[in-house]
Amino acid sequence: MNHHHDNTALNPTTGGPESELTGELAGELAGLAVEPPPSLLDRVAARRVHVPGPLESVQVAFTDQGVAFLRAGMDDAEFAAEFRARFARPLLPAARPPAGLVPALRTGRLGGLRLDLRGLSGFEADVLRAAAAIPRGQTRPYAWVARQAGRPKAVRAVGSALGRNPVPLLIPCHRVTRSDGTLGEYVFGAAAKERLLRAEDVDVDAAADLARRGVRLVGSDTTGIVCYPTCGDARRITAAHRRGFGDLAAARAAGYRPCERCRPGDPHPA
Amino acid sequence: MTVTDEELPRTRPGPADDGPADDRDGGGPQDAAAMDAVPADQAAADEAAEAAARVVAALSRDLDAGFEAMYEAYRGAVFSTALRLCGRWAEAEDLSAEAFLRAYRALCGYGPARIEELRPRAWLLTILTNVWRNAVRSAVRRPPPGPLEDAPDPPDPGEGVEDAAARHETGRELAALLSELPQAQRAAVVLRHVAGLPVAEIAVVLGVPEGTAKSHVSRGLSRLRALRARPRPGPGDTEPQHLDQRGGTP
Repeated sequence: MNHHHDNTALNPTTGGPESELTGELAGELAGLAVEPPPSLLDRVAARRVHVPGPLESVQVAFTDQGVAFLRAGMDDAEFAAEFRARFARPLLPAARPPAGLVPALRTGRLGGLRLDLRGLSGFEADVLRAAAAIPRGQTRPYAWVARQAGRPKAVRAVGSALGRNPVPLLIPCHRVTRSDGTLGEYVFGAAAKERLLRAEDVDVDAAADLARRGVRLVGSDTTGIVCYPTCGDARRITAAHRRGFGDLAAARAAGYRPCERCRPGDPHPA
Repeated sequence: MTVTDEELPRTRPGPADDGPADDRDGGGPQDAAAMDAVPADQAAADEAAEAAARVVAALSRDLDAGFEAMYEAYRGAVFSTALRLCGRWAEAEDLSAEAFLRAYRALCGYGPARIEELRPRAWLLTILTNVWRNAVRSAVRRPPPGPLEDAPDPPDPGEGVEDAAARHETGRELAALLSELPQAQRAAVVLRHVAGLPVAEIAVVLGVPEGTAKSHVSRGLSRLRALRARPRPGPGDTEPQHLDQRGGTP
């Protein structure tokens, strides 16, 4: 049986000599097929992995750009659904967590871990960068984050941006508290926020006590510097030299200047 | 240039040789389909249909696992098509990644019925050719990149050095010639002979009647042969033959 002739009979317009030439060229063209590099899939899909962390059942999604999403206390289906709604990328299982993730969760410091913050607005990214600078064991008010993000009046918007933090724990939005000293809301709930802060040795009870007494800032009468109460420098002030202030204006009026480490305010106001 | 029947891929005897003879009897109204139904192509068509059924079933079960199955099944077709359409490795990666991502995002909005009736390969390659056309359109508005010769394919990490060199030698000239075809012909030729799609599927991808798709393929091949046959400049000949086609000298 000669299929070439069948072919010609069926389709006179493309049969005959042209088909022969087509055959040779077709073979060469078929040789132009190539496999994509293995990295192509990771440009499209994110990977998911369960990791040990300071909260129950932490799951993380990461891309070739870095960690993109972290959630605690969700089952696999909930995590996948929320990831899809937010990122609209395929989510595939990972063999292992990205390098640096587990230490970052253990220590509360990012180290060299990369984050994939594509998809955030410029303001949201600024807010998260500011929150990321709060050291472990310390807290800052929303107004501080607003100031650091360059939008001092946008305190409420800072709250929303932190609420949308795609990578809590890694960007420690739990270290942002209300200006009145109370802990405020958290993406994983207020109880989890308190648990995380206590685990970092934040004296939550002392903070609440100060807040009740209207003390927002603590100064040292030997240095004349005023700090947020959880600032490392503030915690070294001995009781005898400790002075509390309701706000920065009161501290300035008493001759104090703001700490340059925890930055309770512009050190050189206009 | 002559080729014997035995060397023609379409006439190569194979396991599918004992397939139903009815497919090839008489010239009914399904001429175009019948033309693709000679044994070698019939085997490929069966294989493609099985792969499509597997992918659709996987997508129906779970969108993410199904996406991975779809990627595994069609990554070669999508990337090869992208590379031979645009001619540049890095751009082919961009186009392929964009196409797969768009595909996933579209799937997120599809109901079970729509997924059930999906023809995944044609659908993916439709998305890819659209992404490519958009890229070409916006590239026209940007300053042109360097000549093709400056951006050779980097070696495939999974390919041996000798294989890569051999592929480079034989494929480079032809790949460059593809870039001289008009868009529709280039797309049709690449889909038919690089990605291995039957004409009916190419018609779906390009959104044209089968006759048009077939004619794009055939005109494209004729033009490729003509481009190949044109005289080459000698080693000392520095004057480009085609001033309007950057890097188009064979």
